Amino acid sequence: MDDLIGEFLTETNEFLESLDQDLLGLEQNPNDKELLGNIFRLVHTIKGTCGFLGLPRLETVAHRAENVLGRFRDGDLEVTPEYVTLIFESLDVIKFIVGAIEETGSEPEGDDNPLIAKLDAVYEGKEVPKEEVAAEPEEESIPGMATEAELEAAFAAAEVLPLDQQDSIPNEEAAPEPEPEQKEAEAESPPPPPAAPPAAEEQKAEAVKKEAPVTTQTLRVNVDVLEDLMTMVSEMVLTRNQLLQILRAHNESDFAVPLQRLNHVVSELQEGVMKTRMQPIGNAWSKLPRIIRDLSIELGKKIDLEMRGQDTELDRQVLELIKDPLTHMVRNSGDHGIEMPEDRVAAGKSETGKVILEAFHEGGHIIIQIADDGKGLPLDKIKAKIVSNGLATEAELAEMPTQQIQQYIFHAGLSTAEQVTSVSGRGVGMDVVRTNIEKIGGSIELKSKEGKGSTFTIKIPLTLAIVSALIVESAKQRFAIPQLSVRELVMASEHGDNKIEMIKGTPVLRLRDRLLPLVSLDELLKLQREGIPLTDHLEATNIEDEQDAAESADAAEPQENESEKTEEKQLAQNQYIVVTETGAYDFGIIVDRVYDTEEIVVKPVPKILRDIDLFSGNTILGDGSVIMILDPNGVARIAGEIDANDAADSATEDTAHIGNSQQKTSLLLFSIGGTTPKAVPLSLVARLENVKTAEIEHSSGQMMVQYRGSLMPLVPYDSSVQINDVEEKPVLVFSDKERSMGLIVDEIIDITEEHIDVQLSSSQQGLLGSAIINEKATDVVDVMHFLNTTHDDWFKDHGDEAYGSAAGAGKKRLLLVDDSPFFRNMLAPILGIAGYDVTTLDSARDALKMCEDGARFDVIVSDIEMPEMDGFEFAEKVKADSGWHDTPMIALTSHATPADIDRGMQVGFTKHIAKFDKDTLLSALSQTLIEQHKAEQPGEQA
Amino acid sequence: MSTAATSKDYELDGEPHDQSKDFLTIMIAEQRFGIPVLQIEDVLGEQSVTNIPLAPPEVAGSLNLRGRVVTAIDVRRRLGMDPCKDGEATGMSVVVEHDNELYSLIIDRVGDVLTLKEDMFENNPPTLDSVWREISGGIFRLEEELLVVLDVPKLLNTVHS
Repeated sequence: MDDLIGEFLTETNEFLESLDQDLLGLEQNPNDKELLGNIFRLVHTIKGTCGFLGLPRLETVAHRAENVLGRFRDGDLEVTPEYVTLIFESLDVIKFIVGAIEETGSEPEGDDNPLIAKLDAVYEGKEVPKEEVAAEPEEESIPGMATEAELEAAFAAAEVLPLDQQDSIPNEEAAPEPEPEQKEAEAESPPPPPAAPPAAEEQKAEAVKKEAPVTTQTLRVNVDVLEDLMTMVSEMVLTRNQLLQILRAHNESDFAVPLQRLNHVVSELQEGVMKTRMQPIGNAWSKLPRIIRDLSIELGKKIDLEMRGQDTELDRQVLELIKDPLTHMVRNSGDHGIEMPEDRVAAGKSETGKVILEAFHEGGHIIIQIADDGKGLPLDKIKAKIVSNGLATEAELAEMPTQQIQQYIFHAGLSTAEQVTSVSGRGVGMDVVRTNIEKIGGSIELKSKEGKGSTFTIKIPLTLAIVSALIVESAKQRFAIPQLSVRELVMASEHGDNKIEMIKGTPVLRLRDRLLPLVSLDELLKLQREGIPLTDHLEATNIEDEQDAAESADAAEPQENESEKTEEKQLAQNQYIVVTETGAYDFGIIVDRVYDTEEIVVKPVPKILRDIDLFSGNTILGDGSVIMILDPNGVARIAGEIDANDAADSATEDTAHIGNSQQKTSLLLFSIGGTTPKAVPLSLVARLENVKTAEIEHSSGQMMVQYRGSLMPLVPYDSSVQINDVEEKPVLVFSDKERSMGLIVDEIIDITEEHIDVQLSSSQQGLLGSAIINEKATDVVDVMHFLNTTHDDWFKDHGDEAYGSAAGAGKKRLLLVDDSPFFRNMLAPILGIAGYDVTTLDSARDALKMCEDGARFDVIVSDIEMPEMDGFEFAEKVKADSGWHDTPMIALTSHATPADIDRGMQVGFTKHIAKFDKDTLLSALSQTLIEQHKAEQPGEQA
Repeated sequence: MSTAATSKDYELDGEPHDQSKDFLTIMIAEQRFGIPVLQIEDVLGEQSVTNIPLAPPEVAGSLNLRGRVVTAIDVRRRLGMDPCKDGEATGMSVVVEHDNELYSLIIDRVGDVLTLKEDMFENNPPTLDSVWREISGGIFRLEEELLVVLDVPKLLNTVHS
């Protein structure tokens, strides 16, 4: 017998049992909507499944019964004992057929027409035919006496059944009532004739099947029992470990051999019990290809089902609960989602529709996606349905975003299928799906585009699941990292191939021609290194910082190298790097030691620790110790934030402390010959490279080097830079999008974090001015100047006349909104030098938020081309209703057409400046502010 | 402490006229506290506790109690007291369940179980230290000293704030 049928029978037998109970309950409480819903769903499921398994007789009965139940549910029909009896009758027929299938593997022949006629009559609203009433007069005449009906049912069940028939309904306590019995008797007799023609082998096969009834092949155990078992096994493992520990102390012991044996048995037991809880999700999917196949034949569609990630392991309990919803959803995708081949061709798609089912772990969750490339959700029909079901009014709908309207498909009784087919369309599906998924603490999301298809994303929490994890150690503490996000392990040492290098205290690793950012686990978790209490440790680092500062102030080369070395040494002793993949970016986690991988059962973090993003749970290891499970996504978030802070590039930071003038900037210090050290904002530097002078090529008077497969122009800082007599030269690489350039310098001194306060502005080309950095006069380099010399199109060519005093009296507060960190970082210092108090943000949305928070500026400079909200929209919003509507706005754009400028003026930009035209920007700023100032006179002084 | 006495007292507790309750007394820095016996899951000796990085300071770590993860709370820290001097503490802890999660409260010493009558009870003095007022469910006047009722849910609810 087919596996599918076997499963169906087991399932249906369970359903039937609970249906009996529920129906009796319903008879007593005819208004119990929940109960009714439950009954309806069960019958619906039976009907749905047997439709696919090719059991027409069963399907017909279930379908008709469901029709009647549907009317109960809609409230069109009162639940009377009379009708309940009718449903009972249908159930009995179903039971009988199921019993027969179990025995013979196929539906018995027979005629259910009398029953169907009755059901149809009720469904159509007619009275139940007279004979039915006559058949059970007692019950009809005493309506509401449910207990008596119950008794009678029980009594009837106990009544004599023909022996052969009892056989045919194994494990069924409630036997058919007299009425269907007659039909069954009729039905019983026909089977022999059809069974006779087939060959003898088939009969033999049937005999074999009879010996092994399906119902006994699986044993259903309550998950609580397994849970208890698991706990006990863990305890046993603990005890075993202790015993082994004791054994190790005694060299020769009589216990050695039996303990060894115990050891093995316990390990196997542990594994076994673990296994009982886990199943690959593929198990729940095995039915689906067949369902899709049958569906496509039945509906005349062409559907491909693609399944990915079948091996994703799921907790048994979770699996059970999502199995039905998944079947429902895949069926829905095929039935409602995928169009008929003609329609698909007409819509310009391939004839064959695709349903993709995918499961994977992500960020401590298991994600299951069901995607189809069909017609998507018909919004208008949903709207109409919502209105006709009274879930919302038309006016309310008009206000709702599309997404919200689509969510209504999860409501009970809402189906968008035009016709109620035998497959689906009764509006029972999505309601059940959501209920089941939410029961296990999951969520379901829906994305749909009309004409393009729909994607359902089910997110199930990890808390019920088991994961394989890598156990690592840092500062004598162990942590687990989910194996799924671990890509590889790298051992780093000072002398090996893989060396950890530092950029301003940020460790990085060269990994196959890519720079991998590293995060030190002990620093991230603020772990104490042995012997040093945390507070002392902090003090120690402070002292170190001071020393660092003192050293870099000297800018003496040997000392610098030494300090770098000691720092590296600290890091580099046998360190392991766990290369980790996350959605955000890849990075390496530096740990001291790597142990084995272990299968761990994830336990949720206690509530008081939920605020710590870095952990997705905790677990008990085989040796009984508790360890925390790191959440790589959390690590990426936290580490990323730290990085962003370093780069002075975090919008949230900016929002946090307005009054940006005190913000520090990371600066790269380098020297040219023996002159004043030079500084350039580190955030502008993409990379530092050592270029071999032999590799430098010349083309039309421009120095070039082949760099990452393309030519990169090189510019010496000035003529004093000697190139020919050395082997290698340090080069600062600036890049934005595809364009890069290299600036050749003599020596890279240090990276430091300072607030740039340019004291002397310079008229020398390529310099912005001088500032005190590390207590030394340092030239701040105008990167723009060098960029201009290589890429004419990078910056609009402009003269280098010294800019006038841009600001009026007092520092003007300026908000710079630009999505490109490169230009943000480049403009901010320039504007700062020009005397503005600059706050930078990377999106208009953040800017509006800041406005709501009450921040005030004298002038806003905004980019036009930005993702999410562009500059025009931003200006409209600002000018429409915000605290900034009086604030002048200047637009920056890289390609301004007259139409753009017109539009800019319309939405409220005072000026339109070509991006990178520093001088025009500065003069426009001062002009705007002067105008504004005049306009405000005699109003408040800005 | 005897279990027999405890269960008997508990039965008495069921009767409406007898207003007495059982408390396990614990000592923290020479102050006697009481925790209602019914809230206590277990009393543990010294345990090896796994440190939890970045956790609030009063969270001492987590430990494994028969396959369940228990979060250890340093009650001294929670109450804003100095850490225990060497030799003073026994490392004992009392395990309580709160919101389906187990917590072990690390205290100095565990004392007897006392059956206390309602008429010995008093509300918190309004002048009590604010941290203590937060976690104290009231005071019992014992003959020789005072017993502060430890309100476990409050103690744990406010740990992270």
